[in-house]
Amino acid sequence: MTQVLAAQRLKKSFGAVTAAADISLSFDSDTVVSLIGANGAGKTTFLNMVTGYLKPDSGRIQFGGRDIVGLSPRRIANLGISRSFQIPQLFQSMSVRDNLLLAESIAAADDPQAATDAALARFALADYAAQKAGLLPEGIRKLLDVAMALSSRSRLLLLDEPTSGVSADEKFAIMDVVMGAALAAGVTVIFVEHDMDIVARFAGRVVAFYEGGIIADGPPDSVLRAADVRRYVIGEELSDAVA
Amino acid sequence: MRIAAAAVAAVAALSGLALTAPQWLVFMAMLALAKGVVVLGLLVLMRTGLVSFGQGLYFGIGAYAAALLSHHWHIADAAAMLAAGTLAAALVAALLGLLLAGYRDIFFAMLSLAFSMILYGVLVKSAALGSTDGFNLHARTFLGLALTSGMERRVFLIAGAVSVAAVALAVHKLLAGDWGRLAAGVRDNELRVSYLGASPYRVVYVNYLVAAALAGLGGALAALAVGHVDPETTYWTTSGEFVFIAILGGTQSILAPFLAASIFEALRTVASQYAPNVWQMSLGVAMLAIIMFLPAGLWTLAERRRRPA
Repeated sequence: MTQVLAAQRLKKSFGAVTAAADISLSFDSDTVVSLIGANGAGKTTFLNMVTGYLKPDSGRIQFGGRDIVGLSPRRIANLGISRSFQIPQLFQSMSVRDNLLLAESIAAADDPQAATDAALARFALADYAAQKAGLLPEGIRKLLDVAMALSSRSRLLLLDEPTSGVSADEKFAIMDVVMGAALAAGVTVIFVEHDMDIVARFAGRVVAFYEGGIIADGPPDSVLRAADVRRYVIGEELSDAVA
Repeated sequence: MRIAAAAVAAVAALSGLALTAPQWLVFMAMLALAKGVVVLGLLVLMRTGLVSFGQGLYFGIGAYAAALLSHHWHIADAAAMLAAGTLAAALVAALLGLLLAGYRDIFFAMLSLAFSMILYGVLVKSAALGSTDGFNLHARTFLGLALTSGMERRVFLIAGAVSVAAVALAVHKLLAGDWGRLAAGVRDNELRVSYLGASPYRVVYVNYLVAAALAGLGGALAALAVGHVDPETTYWTTSGEFVFIAILGGTQSILAPFLAASIFEALRTVASQYAPNVWQMSLGVAMLAIIMFLPAGLWTLAERRRRPA
Protein backbone atom coordinates (compact mmCIF):
# COMPACT_ATOMS: atom_id res chain seq x y z
CA MET A 1 0.00 0.00 0.00
CA THR A 2 1.34 3.39 -0.92
CA GLN A 3 0.72 6.61 0.88
CA VAL A 4 -1.51 9.05 -1.01
CA LEU A 5 -1.86 11.97 1.34
CA ALA A 6 0.24 12.98 4.31
CA ALA A 7 -0.35 15.97 6.56
CA GLN A 8 2.35 16.90 9.02
CA ARG A 9 1.92 19.14 12.05
CA LEU A 10 -0.89 21.23 10.58
CA LYS A 11 -1.89 24.25 12.62
CA LYS A 12 -4.69 26.65 11.87
CA SER A 13 -6.54 29.06 14.09
CA PHE A 14 -9.21 31.66 13.49
CA GLY A 15 -8.65 34.27 16.18
CA ALA A 16 -9.02 32.46 19.51
CA VAL A 17 -10.54 29.35 17.92
CA THR A 18 -8.10 26.55 17.16
CA ALA A 19 -9.38 24.64 14.15
CA ALA A 20 -6.26 22.54 13.74
CA ALA A 21 -3.92 22.01 16.66
CA ASP A 22 -0.90 20.15 15.36
CA ILE A 23 -2.61 17.56 13.16
CA SER A 24 -0.56 14.81 11.56
CA LEU A 25 -2.43 12.27 9.46
CA SER A 26 -1.54 10.03 6.58
CA PHE A 27 -3.78 8.11 4.21
CA ASP A 28 -2.99 4.98 2.23
CA SER A 29 -4.24 4.38 -1.28
CA ASP A 30 -7.46 2.46 -1.87
CA THR A 31 -8.79 3.02 1.62
CA VAL A 32 -12.03 4.54 2.86
CA VAL A 33 -11.55 6.81 5.83
CA SER A 34 -14.23 8.65 7.77
CA LEU A 35 -13.63 11.84 9.70
CA ILE A 36 -16.00 12.28 12.63
CA GLY A 37 -16.40 14.91 15.28
CA ALA A 38 -18.83 17.50 16.57
CA ASN A 39 -19.45 20.73 14.69
CA GLY A 40 -16.39 22.94 14.97
CA ALA A 41 -14.04 20.04 15.73
CA GLY A 42 -11.96 20.80 12.65
CA LYS A 43 -13.03 18.19 10.09
CA THR A 44 -14.08 20.59 7.36
CA THR A 45 -11.09 22.84 8.14
CA PHE A 46 -8.91 19.83 7.45
CA LEU A 47 -10.65 19.23 4.11
CA ASN A 48 -10.38 22.92 3.27
CA MET A 49 -6.64 22.88 3.93
CA VAL A 50 -6.17 19.78 1.79
CA THR A 51 -8.10 21.31 -1.11
CA GLY A 52 -6.28 24.62 -0.90
CA TYR A 53 -9.25 26.72 0.18
CA LEU A 54 -7.50 27.51 3.47
CA LYS A 55 -3.79 27.82 4.01
CA PRO A 56 -2.51 26.26 7.24
CA ASP A 57 -0.65 28.61 9.60
CA SER A 58 2.12 26.04 9.64
CA GLY A 59 2.73 22.44 8.66
CA ARG A 60 3.05 20.47 5.46
CA ILE A 61 0.62 18.59 3.23
CA GLN A 62 2.00 16.17 0.71
CA PHE A 63 -0.03 14.58 -2.04
CA GLY A 64 1.66 11.88 -4.09
CA GLY A 65 4.99 13.02 -2.67
CA ARG A 66 4.42 16.63 -3.69
CA ASP A 67 4.01 19.56 -1.33
CA ILE A 68 0.65 21.19 -2.01
CA VAL A 69 0.43 23.88 0.67
CA GLY A 70 -0.05 27.25 -1.01
CA LEU A 71 -1.45 25.86 -4.26
CA SER A 72 -4.88 27.12 -5.39
CA PRO A 73 -7.93 24.82 -5.27
CA ARG A 74 -7.76 24.74 -9.06
CA ARG A 75 -4.17 23.51 -9.16
CA ILE A 76 -4.87 20.94 -6.47
CA ALA A 77 -7.94 19.72 -8.37
CA ASN A 78 -5.73 19.29 -11.41
CA LEU A 79 -3.35 17.12 -9.39
CA GLY A 80 -6.18 14.69 -8.68
CA ILE A 81 -7.84 15.74 -5.43
CA SER A 82 -11.58 16.12 -5.94
CA ARG A 83 -14.22 17.13 -3.47
CA SER A 84 -17.95 17.19 -3.07
CA PHE A 85 -19.76 19.70 -0.90
CA GLN A 86 -22.09 19.59 2.04
CA ILE A 87 -24.46 21.76 0.01
CA PRO A 88 -24.25 20.37 -3.54
CA GLN A 89 -22.49 22.76 -5.90
CA LEU A 90 -24.14 22.24 -9.26
CA PHE A 91 -24.65 24.13 -12.49
CA GLN A 92 -28.32 24.82 -11.85
CA SER A 93 -29.37 25.91 -15.32
CA MET A 94 -27.77 22.94 -17.07
CA SER A 95 -28.99 19.41 -17.54
CA VAL A 96 -27.50 16.60 -15.46
CA ARG A 97 -25.70 15.38 -18.57
CA ASP A 98 -24.19 18.81 -19.25
CA ASN A 99 -23.08 19.09 -15.61
CA LEU A 100 -21.12 15.86 -15.97
CA LEU A 101 -19.94 16.70 -19.47
CA LEU A 102 -18.49 19.97 -18.21
CA ALA A 103 -16.75 18.20 -15.34
CA GLU A 104 -15.27 15.59 -17.67
CA SER A 105 -14.16 18.13 -20.27
CA ILE A 106 -12.40 20.20 -17.60
CA ALA A 107 -10.77 16.99 -16.37
CA ALA A 108 -9.57 16.51 -19.95
CA ALA A 109 -11.07 13.04 -20.30
CA ASP A 110 -10.03 11.36 -23.57
CA ASP A 111 -13.66 11.05 -24.55
CA PRO A 112 -15.87 13.27 -22.37
CA GLN A 113 -19.06 11.90 -23.91
CA ALA A 114 -18.17 8.30 -23.08
CA ALA A 115 -16.94 9.26 -19.62
CA THR A 116 -20.24 11.07 -19.03
CA ASP A 117 -22.26 8.04 -20.11
CA ALA A 118 -20.20 5.89 -17.77
CA ALA A 119 -20.75 8.30 -14.87
CA LEU A 120 -24.50 8.45 -15.55
CA ALA A 121 -24.65 4.67 -15.39
CA ARG A 122 -22.35 4.30 -12.38
CA PHE A 123 -24.28 6.82 -10.30
CA ALA A 124 -27.70 5.61 -11.46
CA LEU A 125 -28.43 9.05 -12.89
CA ALA A 126 -29.35 8.00 -16.43
CA ASP A 127 -33.06 8.58 -15.82
CA TYR A 128 -32.33 12.18 -14.87
CA ALA A 129 -29.85 12.94 -17.67
CA ALA A 130 -32.04 15.47 -19.44
CA GLN A 131 -33.36 17.19 -16.30
CA LYS A 132 -32.13 20.58 -15.17
CA ALA A 133 -29.90 20.28 -12.11
CA GLY A 134 -31.81 23.06 -10.35
CA LEU A 135 -34.99 20.98 -10.29
CA LEU A 136 -33.65 17.71 -8.86
CA PRO A 137 -34.64 16.17 -5.51
CA GLU A 138 -32.00 16.51 -2.79
CA GLY A 139 -30.77 12.90 -2.87
CA ILE A 140 -30.12 13.12 -6.61
CA ARG A 141 -28.40 16.48 -6.17
CA LYS A 142 -26.06 14.86 -3.66
CA LEU A 143 -25.27 12.04 -6.07
CA LEU A 144 -24.67 14.42 -8.96
CA ASP A 145 -22.35 16.50 -6.78
CA VAL A 146 -20.22 13.44 -6.05
CA ALA A 147 -20.43 12.23 -9.65
CA MET A 148 -19.02 15.56 -10.86
CA ALA A 149 -16.21 15.43 -8.32
CA LEU A 150 -15.28 11.88 -9.29
CA SER A 151 -14.00 12.64 -12.78
CA SER A 152 -11.59 10.57 -14.77
CA ARG A 153 -8.48 12.05 -13.20
CA SER A 154 -9.49 11.82 -9.50
CA ARG A 155 -7.10 9.94 -7.26
CA LEU A 156 -8.35 11.17 -3.91
CA LEU A 157 -12.03 11.89 -3.31
CA LEU A 158 -13.07 14.07 -0.39
CA LEU A 159 -16.75 13.98 0.56
CA ASP A 160 -18.09 16.60 2.95
CA GLU A 161 -21.15 15.06 4.62
CA PRO A 162 -22.36 13.08 1.62
CA THR A 163 -25.64 12.12 3.31
CA SER A 164 -26.59 15.34 5.08
CA GLY A 165 -29.96 16.72 4.09
CA VAL A 166 -31.09 13.34 2.83
CA SER A 167 -33.88 11.34 4.48
CA ALA A 168 -32.78 8.48 6.75
CA ASP A 169 -34.10 5.72 4.48
CA GLU A 170 -32.22 7.11 1.46
CA LYS A 171 -28.83 7.43 3.17
CA PHE A 172 -27.64 3.88 2.79
CA ALA A 173 -28.77 3.63 -0.82
CA ILE A 174 -26.86 6.80 -1.70
CA MET A 175 -23.72 5.68 0.10
CA ASP A 176 -23.91 2.28 -1.63
CA VAL A 177 -23.90 4.00 -5.01
CA VAL A 178 -21.15 6.45 -4.06
CA MET A 179 -18.86 3.84 -2.56
CA GLY A 180 -19.47 1.43 -5.44
CA ALA A 181 -18.46 4.13 -7.91
CA ALA A 182 -15.39 5.11 -5.86
CA LEU A 183 -14.30 1.50 -5.64
CA ALA A 184 -14.76 1.04 -9.40
CA ALA A 185 -12.72 4.19 -10.04
CA GLY A 186 -9.99 2.99 -7.71
CA VAL A 187 -9.78 6.20 -5.70
CA THR A 188 -9.01 6.78 -2.05
CA VAL A 189 -11.99 8.19 -0.17
CA ILE A 190 -12.05 10.49 2.85
CA PHE A 191 -15.54 11.40 4.04
CA VAL A 192 -16.88 13.58 6.81
CA GLU A 193 -19.98 12.05 8.36
CA HIS A 194 -22.26 12.54 11.36
CA ASP A 195 -24.31 9.36 11.02
CA MET A 196 -22.44 6.68 12.98
CA ASP A 197 -24.33 3.84 11.29
CA ILE A 198 -23.03 5.06 7.94
CA VAL A 199 -19.52 5.40 9.38
CA ALA A 200 -19.57 1.89 10.86
CA ARG A 201 -20.85 0.41 7.63
CA PHE A 202 -18.66 2.11 5.03
CA ALA A 203 -15.40 3.26 6.63
CA GLY A 204 -12.34 1.04 6.93
CA ARG A 205 -10.75 3.54 9.28
CA VAL A 206 -12.19 6.29 11.46
CA VAL A 207 -10.46 9.47 12.63
CA ALA A 208 -12.19 11.33 15.47
CA PHE A 209 -11.62 15.10 15.81
CA TYR A 210 -12.13 17.15 18.93
CA GLU A 211 -11.28 20.83 19.34
CA GLY A 212 -8.83 20.83 16.47
CA GLY A 213 -7.01 17.70 17.58
CA ILE A 214 -7.35 13.97 17.00
CA ILE A 215 -8.64 11.89 19.90
CA ALA A 216 -8.91 8.50 18.19
CA ASP A 217 -7.74 6.90 14.97
CA GLY A 218 -8.26 3.28 13.94
CA PRO A 219 -10.79 0.69 12.77
CA PRO A 220 -14.46 1.67 13.26
CA ASP A 221 -15.33 -0.81 16.04
CA SER A 222 -12.54 0.34 18.33
CA VAL A 223 -12.83 4.08 17.58
CA LEU A 224 -16.60 4.18 17.90
CA ARG A 225 -16.35 2.37 21.22
CA ALA A 226 -13.61 4.55 22.72
CA ALA A 227 -14.77 6.49 25.78
CA ASP A 228 -13.55 9.88 24.52
CA VAL A 229 -15.30 9.43 21.22
CA ARG A 230 -18.55 8.46 22.89
CA ARG A 231 -18.32 11.43 25.22
CA TYR A 232 -17.11 14.15 22.85
CA VAL A 233 -18.27 13.03 19.43
CA ILE A 234 -21.33 10.90 19.74
CA GLY A 235 -22.54 12.68 22.87
CA GLU A 236 -22.13 16.09 21.27
CA GLU A 237 -23.99 14.82 18.26
CA LEU A 238 -27.03 14.12 20.41
CA SER A 239 -27.06 17.54 22.03
CA ASP A 240 -26.59 19.11 18.57
CA ALA A 241 -29.60 17.25 17.29
CA VAL A 242 -31.68 18.62 20.14
CA ALA A 243 -30.50 22.16 19.55
CA MET B 1 -25.68 23.45 -40.08
CA ARG B 2 -28.86 25.52 -39.81
CA ILE B 3 -26.78 28.42 -38.54
CA ALA B 4 -24.32 28.08 -41.41
CA ALA B 5 -27.22 28.07 -43.89
CA ALA B 6 -28.69 31.13 -42.19
CA ALA B 7 -25.33 32.90 -42.41
CA VAL B 8 -24.96 32.15 -46.12
CA ALA B 9 -28.53 33.28 -46.74
CA ALA B 10 -27.93 36.48 -44.78
CA VAL B 11 -24.75 37.26 -46.74
CA ALA B 12 -26.59 36.62 -50.02
CA ALA B 13 -29.53 38.79 -48.97
CA LEU B 14 -27.29 41.64 -47.79
CA SER B 15 -25.23 41.45 -50.97
CA GLY B 16 -28.39 41.67 -53.03
CA LEU B 17 -29.49 44.61 -50.92
CA ALA B 18 -26.09 46.25 -51.30
CA LEU B 19 -26.25 46.08 -55.07
CA THR B 20 -29.84 47.14 -55.62
CA ALA B 21 -31.19 49.11 -52.65
CA PRO B 22 -31.18 52.90 -52.34
CA GLN B 23 -28.31 54.46 -50.42
CA TRP B 24 -30.34 55.15 -47.27
CA LEU B 25 -31.25 51.50 -46.95
CA VAL B 26 -27.66 50.40 -47.53
CA PHE B 27 -26.62 52.83 -44.80
CA MET B 28 -29.24 51.49 -42.42
CA ALA B 29 -28.28 47.90 -43.10
CA MET B 30 -24.63 48.72 -42.38
CA LEU B 31 -25.50 50.31 -39.07
CA ALA B 32 -27.69 47.36 -38.12
CA LEU B 33 -24.85 45.00 -39.00
CA ALA B 34 -22.35 47.07 -37.02
CA LYS B 35 -24.54 47.18 -33.93
CA GLY B 36 -25.49 43.55 -34.34
CA VAL B 37 -21.88 42.42 -34.13
CA VAL B 38 -21.28 44.57 -31.01
CA VAL B 39 -24.33 42.96 -29.40
CA LEU B 40 -23.05 39.54 -30.43
CA GLY B 41 -20.07 40.33 -28.20
CA LEU B 42 -22.45 41.27 -25.39
CA LEU B 43 -24.18 37.94 -25.89
CA VAL B 44 -20.87 36.16 -25.33
CA LEU B 45 -20.48 38.07 -22.05
CA MET B 46 -24.07 37.43 -21.02
CA ARG B 47 -23.61 33.71 -21.56
CA THR B 48 -20.77 34.05 -19.04
CA GLY B 49 -23.16 35.80 -16.65
CA LEU B 50 -21.85 39.33 -17.18
CA VAL B 51 -23.32 42.53 -18.56
CA SER B 52 -21.10 45.34 -19.75
CA PHE B 53 -22.48 48.87 -19.75
CA GLY B 54 -19.32 50.03 -21.45
CA GLN B 55 -19.08 48.34 -24.84
CA GLY B 56 -19.08 51.88 -26.24
CA LEU B 57 -15.43 51.92 -25.18
CA TYR B 58 -14.52 49.32 -27.78
CA PHE B 59 -17.07 50.53 -30.29
CA GLY B 60 -15.39 53.94 -30.07
CA ILE B 61 -11.88 52.50 -30.17
CA GLY B 62 -12.78 50.54 -33.29
CA ALA B 63 -14.27 53.59 -34.95
CA TYR B 64 -11.38 55.90 -34.05
CA ALA B 65 -8.75 53.31 -35.01
CA ALA B 66 -10.31 52.99 -38.45
CA ALA B 67 -10.58 56.75 -38.83
CA LEU B 68 -7.05 57.46 -37.58
CA LEU B 69 -5.68 54.99 -40.09
CA SER B 70 -6.85 57.19 -42.96
CA HIS B 71 -6.52 60.51 -41.20
CA HIS B 72 -3.03 60.21 -39.73
CA TRP B 73 -1.35 57.41 -41.59
CA HIS B 74 -3.08 57.88 -44.94
CA ILE B 75 -4.05 54.28 -45.27
CA ALA B 76 -7.45 54.51 -46.87
CA ASP B 77 -8.19 50.84 -47.36
CA ALA B 78 -11.49 49.69 -45.88
CA ALA B 79 -10.30 46.14 -45.17
CA ALA B 80 -7.29 47.50 -43.27
CA MET B 81 -9.63 49.78 -41.34
CA LEU B 82 -11.87 46.89 -40.27
CA ALA B 83 -8.82 44.90 -39.18
CA ALA B 84 -7.35 47.90 -37.35
CA GLY B 85 -10.58 48.55 -35.45
CA THR B 86 -10.85 44.93 -34.36
CA LEU B 87 -7.20 44.70 -33.38
CA ALA B 88 -7.06 48.00 -31.50
CA ALA B 89 -10.09 47.03 -29.41
CA ALA B 90 -8.63 43.59 -28.68
CA LEU B 91 -5.31 45.11 -27.60
CA VAL B 92 -6.92 47.52 -25.15
CA ALA B 93 -9.16 44.72 -23.84
CA ALA B 94 -6.13 42.48 -23.35
CA LEU B 95 -4.88 45.07 -20.86
CA LEU B 96 -8.13 46.18 -19.18
CA GLY B 97 -9.35 42.59 -19.10
CA LEU B 98 -6.61 41.73 -16.63
CA LEU B 99 -8.38 43.97 -14.14
CA LEU B 100 -12.01 43.48 -15.17
CA ALA B 101 -11.89 39.68 -15.25
CA GLY B 102 -11.61 39.79 -11.47
CA TYR B 103 -14.98 41.53 -11.06
CA ARG B 104 -18.55 40.31 -11.36
CA ASP B 105 -22.12 41.58 -11.45
CA ILE B 106 -22.69 45.27 -10.85
CA PHE B 107 -18.98 45.89 -10.23
CA PHE B 108 -18.08 44.54 -13.64
CA ALA B 109 -20.88 46.53 -15.27
CA MET B 110 -19.94 49.78 -13.56
CA LEU B 111 -16.19 49.41 -14.08
CA SER B 112 -16.70 48.80 -17.77
CA LEU B 113 -18.94 51.87 -17.87
CA ALA B 114 -16.27 53.89 -16.07
CA PHE B 115 -13.59 53.00 -18.60
CA SER B 116 -15.82 53.98 -21.51
CA MET B 117 -16.53 57.33 -19.89
CA ILE B 118 -12.81 57.92 -19.31
CA LEU B 119 -12.21 57.51 -23.03
CA TYR B 120 -15.16 59.80 -23.72
CA GLY B 121 -13.62 62.43 -21.46
CA VAL B 122 -10.25 62.10 -23.16
CA LEU B 123 -11.74 62.34 -26.66
CA VAL B 124 -13.83 65.38 -25.83
CA LYS B 125 -10.72 67.18 -24.56
CA SER B 126 -8.39 66.22 -27.42
CA ALA B 127 -8.28 69.01 -29.94
CA ALA B 128 -6.06 66.89 -32.19
CA LEU B 129 -8.91 64.37 -32.55
CA GLY B 130 -11.51 67.00 -33.28
CA SER B 131 -12.80 67.26 -29.74
CA THR B 132 -16.61 66.94 -29.56
CA ASP B 133 -16.94 67.31 -33.33
CA GLY B 134 -14.76 64.34 -34.19
CA PHE B 135 -13.42 64.09 -37.72
CA ASN B 136 -14.14 62.52 -41.10
CA LEU B 137 -12.65 59.45 -42.64
CA HIS B 138 -12.43 58.37 -46.24
CA ALA B 139 -11.88 54.85 -47.42
CA ARG B 140 -10.91 54.93 -51.07
CA THR B 141 -9.90 51.35 -51.68
CA PHE B 142 -10.95 47.90 -50.59
CA LEU B 143 -8.16 45.31 -50.49
CA GLY B 144 -6.25 47.57 -52.86
CA LEU B 145 -9.08 47.94 -55.37
CA ALA B 146 -10.08 51.52 -56.02
CA LEU B 147 -13.73 52.29 -55.33
CA THR B 148 -15.77 54.54 -57.59
CA SER B 149 -17.73 57.18 -55.80
CA GLY B 150 -21.21 56.07 -54.87
CA MET B 151 -20.11 52.45 -54.77
CA GLU B 152 -18.13 52.63 -51.51
CA ARG B 153 -20.94 51.86 -49.09
CA ARG B 154 -22.27 49.09 -51.27
CA VAL B 155 -18.88 47.40 -51.23
CA PHE B 156 -18.49 48.01 -47.49
CA LEU B 157 -21.83 46.40 -46.80
CA ILE B 158 -20.86 43.24 -48.68
CA ALA B 159 -17.44 43.17 -47.00
CA GLY B 160 -19.08 43.77 -43.63
CA ALA B 161 -21.64 41.04 -44.22
CA VAL B 162 -18.97 38.51 -45.14
CA SER B 163 -16.69 39.32 -42.21
CA VAL B 164 -19.52 39.51 -39.69
CA ALA B 165 -20.97 36.21 -40.93
CA ALA B 166 -17.54 34.62 -40.53
CA VAL B 167 -17.05 35.85 -36.96
CA ALA B 168 -20.64 35.02 -36.04
CA LEU B 169 -20.11 31.44 -37.19
CA ALA B 170 -16.87 31.30 -35.22
CA VAL B 171 -18.69 32.58 -32.12
CA HIS B 172 -21.45 30.03 -32.65
CA LYS B 173 -18.89 27.24 -32.87
CA LEU B 174 -17.17 28.51 -29.75
CA LEU B 175 -20.38 28.73 -27.72
CA ALA B 176 -21.82 25.43 -28.93
CA GLY B 177 -18.77 23.47 -27.78
CA ASP B 178 -16.91 22.85 -24.53
CA TRP B 179 -16.02 26.51 -24.16
CA GLY B 180 -19.67 27.59 -24.22
CA ARG B 181 -20.52 25.03 -21.58
CA LEU B 182 -17.63 26.22 -19.48
CA ALA B 183 -18.82 29.82 -19.80
CA ALA B 184 -22.29 28.78 -18.66
CA GLY B 185 -20.61 26.94 -15.80
CA VAL B 186 -18.89 30.15 -14.71
CA ARG B 187 -22.26 31.92 -14.86
CA ASP B 188 -23.94 29.21 -12.75
CA ASN B 189 -21.30 28.34 -10.18
CA GLU B 190 -17.74 29.64 -10.15
CA LEU B 191 -16.81 27.78 -6.99
CA ARG B 192 -17.55 24.47 -8.66
CA VAL B 193 -15.63 25.45 -11.80
CA SER B 194 -12.55 26.16 -9.68
CA TYR B 195 -12.85 22.91 -7.76
CA LEU B 196 -13.17 21.00 -11.01
CA GLY B 197 -9.84 22.48 -12.02
CA ALA B 198 -10.69 25.29 -14.47
CA SER B 199 -10.08 29.01 -14.05
CA PRO B 200 -13.18 31.26 -14.07
CA TYR B 201 -10.86 34.26 -14.38
CA ARG B 202 -9.45 32.93 -17.63
CA VAL B 203 -12.90 32.21 -19.05
CA VAL B 204 -14.08 35.74 -18.25
CA TYR B 205 -10.85 37.24 -19.60
CA VAL B 206 -11.07 35.45 -22.93
CA ASN B 207 -14.77 36.18 -23.39
CA TYR B 208 -14.19 39.82 -22.49
CA LEU B 209 -11.51 39.93 -25.18
CA VAL B 210 -13.82 38.33 -27.75
CA ALA B 211 -16.61 40.79 -26.90
CA ALA B 212 -14.20 43.73 -27.23
CA ALA B 213 -12.85 42.57 -30.59
CA LEU B 214 -16.39 42.20 -31.91
CA ALA B 215 -17.27 45.67 -30.63
CA GLY B 216 -14.15 47.02 -32.34
CA LEU B 217 -15.20 45.45 -35.62
CA GLY B 218 -18.66 46.95 -35.20
CA GLY B 219 -17.16 50.36 -34.48
CA ALA B 220 -15.00 50.28 -37.61
CA LEU B 221 -17.96 49.17 -39.68
CA ALA B 222 -20.10 51.99 -38.29
CA ALA B 223 -17.34 54.49 -38.98
CA LEU B 224 -17.17 53.34 -42.60
CA ALA B 225 -20.93 53.66 -42.91
CA VAL B 226 -21.13 57.14 -41.44
CA GLY B 227 -17.82 58.45 -42.78
CA HIS B 228 -17.30 60.30 -39.56
CA VAL B 229 -16.33 59.55 -35.95
CA ASP B 230 -17.08 61.51 -32.80
CA PRO B 231 -16.90 60.93 -29.02
CA GLU B 232 -20.60 59.98 -28.96
CA THR B 233 -19.50 56.47 -30.02
CA THR B 234 -18.06 55.93 -26.53
CA TYR B 235 -20.80 57.72 -24.57
CA TRP B 236 -22.82 55.71 -22.08
CA THR B 237 -26.03 56.09 -24.08
CA THR B 238 -24.34 54.26 -26.94
CA SER B 239 -23.37 51.43 -24.58
CA GLY B 240 -26.90 51.46 -23.20
CA GLU B 241 -28.26 51.08 -26.72
CA PHE B 242 -26.23 47.87 -27.13
CA VAL B 243 -27.61 46.46 -23.90
CA PHE B 244 -31.09 47.48 -25.06
CA ILE B 245 -30.65 45.59 -28.33
CA ALA B 246 -29.27 42.57 -26.47
CA ILE B 247 -32.33 42.43 -24.23
CA LEU B 248 -34.60 43.03 -27.20
CA GLY B 249 -33.16 40.03 -29.05
CA GLY B 250 -32.35 37.63 -26.24
CA THR B 251 -29.30 35.46 -25.81
CA GLN B 252 -30.48 32.08 -27.08
CA SER B 253 -29.13 32.36 -30.61
CA ILE B 254 -26.30 34.20 -32.34
CA LEU B 255 -28.86 35.35 -34.91
CA ALA B 256 -30.89 37.21 -32.27
CA PRO B 257 -28.53 40.23 -31.99
CA PHE B 258 -28.72 40.86 -35.73
CA LEU B 259 -32.48 40.47 -35.84
CA ALA B 260 -32.84 42.84 -32.90
CA ALA B 261 -30.36 45.36 -34.31
CA SER B 262 -32.24 45.43 -37.62
CA ILE B 263 -35.55 46.01 -35.87
CA PHE B 264 -33.96 48.66 -33.70
CA GLU B 265 -32.48 50.55 -36.65
CA ALA B 266 -35.69 50.28 -38.68
CA LEU B 267 -37.70 51.51 -35.70
CA ARG B 268 -35.37 54.40 -35.19
CA THR B 269 -35.40 55.43 -38.84
CA VAL B 270 -39.17 55.36 -39.01
CA ALA B 271 -39.71 56.94 -35.61
CA SER B 272 -37.24 59.77 -36.10
CA GLN B 273 -38.90 60.51 -39.43
CA TYR B 274 -42.50 60.55 -38.27
CA ALA B 275 -42.38 61.08 -34.52
CA PRO B 276 -39.04 62.71 -33.70
CA ASN B 277 -40.24 63.99 -30.33
CA VAL B 278 -41.54 60.76 -28.89
CA TRP B 279 -39.01 58.40 -30.42
CA GLN B 280 -37.21 57.71 -27.17
CA MET B 281 -40.49 57.25 -25.36
CA SER B 282 -41.50 54.63 -27.89
CA LEU B 283 -38.22 52.83 -27.16
CA GLY B 284 -39.07 52.86 -23.47
CA VAL B 285 -42.50 51.40 -24.13
CA ALA B 286 -40.97 48.72 -26.36
CA MET B 287 -38.50 47.78 -23.60
CA LEU B 288 -41.31 47.59 -21.05
CA ALA B 289 -43.32 45.33 -23.32
CA ILE B 290 -40.36 43.04 -23.96
CA ILE B 291 -39.53 42.66 -20.28
CA MET B 292 -43.16 41.99 -19.37
CA PHE B 293 -44.18 39.68 -22.17
CA LEU B 294 -40.99 38.24 -23.64
CA PRO B 295 -38.41 38.33 -20.84
CA ALA B 296 -36.06 36.11 -22.86
CA GLY B 297 -36.24 38.48 -25.83
CA LEU B 298 -37.76 38.46 -29.29
CA TRP B 299 -35.97 35.23 -30.10
CA THR B 300 -38.56 33.48 -27.91
CA LEU B 301 -41.03 34.03 -30.77
CA ALA B 302 -38.75 32.26 -33.24
CA GLU B 303 -38.36 29.33 -30.86
CA ARG B 304 -42.09 29.11 -30.20
CA ARG B 305 -42.73 28.86 -33.91
CA ARG B 306 -40.21 26.08 -34.30
CA ARG B 307 -41.80 24.05 -31.52
CA PRO B 308 -45.54 24.51 -31.98
CA ALA B 309 -47.52 23.51 -28.89
